Amino acid sequence: MPTFVNMSACDGCGKCVEICPSDIMHIDKKIRRAYNIEPDYCWECYSCVKACPQHAIDMRGYADFCPLGHALTVLREPEKGEVSWRVQYRNGAVKQFTFPIRSTPEGSIKPPTEFPLLEADIHSQLLSHEPEYLKVPSLPVLNNVESKGARQ
Amino acid sequence: MSTRSSKGTKFVDCDVLIVGGGMAGCGAAYEARYWGRKLKIVVVEKAHIDRSGAVAMGLSAINCYMGMRWNENKPEDFVRYVRNDLMGIAREDLVYDIARHVDSTVHMFEEWGLPIIYDKDTGRYKREGRWQILIHGESYKPIVAEAAKKAASEVYNRIMVTHLLRDSRRRNRVAGAVGFDVRNGTFYVFRARTVIVSAGGATHVYRPRAVSEGAGRTWYAPWSTGSAYALIIQVGAKMTQMENRLVVTRFKDGYGPVGAWFLALKAIATNVYGEEYERKYVEEQRRLYGNYVDAKPFPTCLRNDAMLREIREGRGPVLIHTERVLDTKEKEELGWEDFLDMTMSQSIVWASLNIDPKTTPSELQTSEPYVMGSHATCSGAWASGPSDISPPGYQWGYNRMTTVEGLFGAGDTIGGSAHKFSSGSFTEGRLAAKSAVAYIMDHPDDLPEIDNSYVARLKEEIFKPMETYEIGRNQIVAGTVSPLYIYARQGVVRLEKIMDEYCAGWGQMYTTNEYQLTRGLELLQMLKSDLQHLAAEDLHQLQRAWELHHRVWTAEAVIRHTLYRKETRWPGYYYRADYPKLDESNWHVFVNSRYDPDTGMWEMSTEPVLQLVP
Repeated sequence: MPTFVNMSACDGCGKCVEICPSDIMHIDKKIRRAYNIEPDYCWECYSCVKACPQHAIDMRGYADFCPLGHALTVLREPEKGEVSWRVQYRNGAVKQFTFPIRSTPEGSIKPPTEFPLLEADIHSQLLSHEPEYLKVPSLPVLNNVESKGARQ
Repeated sequence: MSTRSSKGTKFVDCDVLIVGGGMAGCGAAYEARYWGRKLKIVVVEKAHIDRSGAVAMGLSAINCYMGMRWNENKPEDFVRYVRNDLMGIAREDLVYDIARHVDSTVHMFEEWGLPIIYDKDTGRYKREGRWQILIHGESYKPIVAEAAKKAASEVYNRIMVTHLLRDSRRRNRVAGAVGFDVRNGTFYVFRARTVIVSAGGATHVYRPRAVSEGAGRTWYAPWSTGSAYALIIQVGAKMTQMENRLVVTRFKDGYGPVGAWFLALKAIATNVYGEEYERKYVEEQRRLYGNYVDAKPFPTCLRNDAMLREIREGRGPVLIHTERVLDTKEKEELGWEDFLDMTMSQSIVWASLNIDPKTTPSELQTSEPYVMGSHATCSGAWASGPSDISPPGYQWGYNRMTTVEGLFGAGDTIGGSAHKFSSGSFTEGRLAAKSAVAYIMDHPDDLPEIDNSYVARLKEEIFKPMETYEIGRNQIVAGTVSPLYIYARQGVVRLEKIMDEYCAGWGQMYTTNEYQLTRGLELLQMLKSDLQHLAAEDLHQLQRAWELHHRVWTAEAVIRHTLYRKETRWPGYYYRADYPKLDESNWHVFVNSRYDPDTGMWEMSTEPVLQLVP
């Protein structure tokens, strides 16, 4: 549908509602569990599947073109910096893959204010951390155009 | 659900308002904070910034990286590539500007923790193609969002921005934006000294190939609803290249991308008889479209055109021969990761149809058209370029400022500059934000004023679909059929049908003519006036209603531009059957439009294409 929620596993915590980019994971008002209210606006992006603490959400391929009997399940482990996939074919074949997702701890990115302001003035063409982060000596300028320098 | 009377209003004052927290918006937040240490920088996002925008689910490659440090490419090389791929039409100043800065963005991503794949032999980033590098990109968006969240003063998630606001005295000066909280219905008024629109392009403007659930599997995200265009058109920003809608060749139904397969794995595509067809029509293409057929690489739209010709001749579907290239475990993993990082649906299609790419080829298909400014297409605002390289006419003070004072754009919002992709969109966000900060510093006393009575009227208009529903639903027993209202979904399918049938959708093999376009515009006007009768049962439906408004404004610009350009500039994206040739002498120009918010009239014009790179 594309996502569906396993009734016995969902505890209605709402993590899927919080993260869904399409605003289609909602909590059913009567039974207090999540479900996909608009499957034809589901991109199968797996954001909710990865976010669900109960592993209650899975995907069933779009009814228009996906015969039944398949499964694509995922386990995202930020603490290990990995994501693992299990592909279950309709004919029973299985493939498994694990890929890295991040090389630094979550939360470790330094905000821009922890870097000193460049001496370049606000009207120069340099962006933050340039030219250092370009890893070339200077910002390129088009050769056949006479540099007009900074505005004003 | 009660209606407008009970909705509270919240005012937010800020220096830089960033509308849309995707790649471009995150870049804007970071850079605005770097230069504007004491400024109030606010990001508004209709979903959740950790997983929003086109990169929400991840990516397996960064498609715009020069590699200047290894002398792999110069920005000039990139300009030539983009110019040729877009059949001669590019704002070379904007393209150059992205190219010269984009490496610093990518190096920043790597420092933040995005795993970039290295080539063991060269010690450099592993190239997928000349401009593309391979990444383990499952967490690309959460990583970039972490940086943006640390930079912004406030991030408002789940706020659907519906309109921008103009200054009450200077009508061509932006003053902020309004929208509503999709969770609790609070009405938000953002009063801002500068606004950066970094919202998305548009899907579901054209009828998708899928027929029911699969409509969610557009190639580009279904939550990209044309807000990038609708917001700025309505305050009078000049637009460019809105006719340059994108059609992509992708794995059938799952819309899995082909880049890694063609470029890194060297797979080939054939017709059903095993024949390679890509260069088969070159002489016919040369006769119609000129010497762009000699460009290397072969332009995207001409590749589509060759494929469509094969299909019209009954030699389809076109097959991609994955089975010939997956000879090592490493290659098999690369192929699978390509989809598991960014198009899981394609893996599901394979699993459900028992297609093992190691043994069985897959069908390719051309998509429904999308409206974008960041991929192999360049719809968007006509924007000022960088002061050191932009010629007169392309530059009016502040880099990436639209023709509306104080209104900046980035990513899909800015036109004329294709092939930005994720890294280039983030880079453009940085460029726009630095300019916005400069604008604020140059105009310390300039505080735009909003017209409170106009805002009050907007509030009524924004919540009206809920009232329409409440009143109308009592007239019918049950169900979705009412003579008084339509739902957003019903409006979307009407829009898709109009655009598909009259403005060169896939159902017409991407072909249209003046009669069809004129009629399409009439039908679109009727839909536009029916939008007053949209009904929304709840706040989710209210979001869909305003997304539909944005899609319809986008579509109107697309039709008007397509009608105005009397040639076929991008065969394979669309064909003007009444002007089947590329017409270099008359139409090697940008097609621009401006909607006048005070008169309601559209004005079309052209601007010259200036070649800056030999």
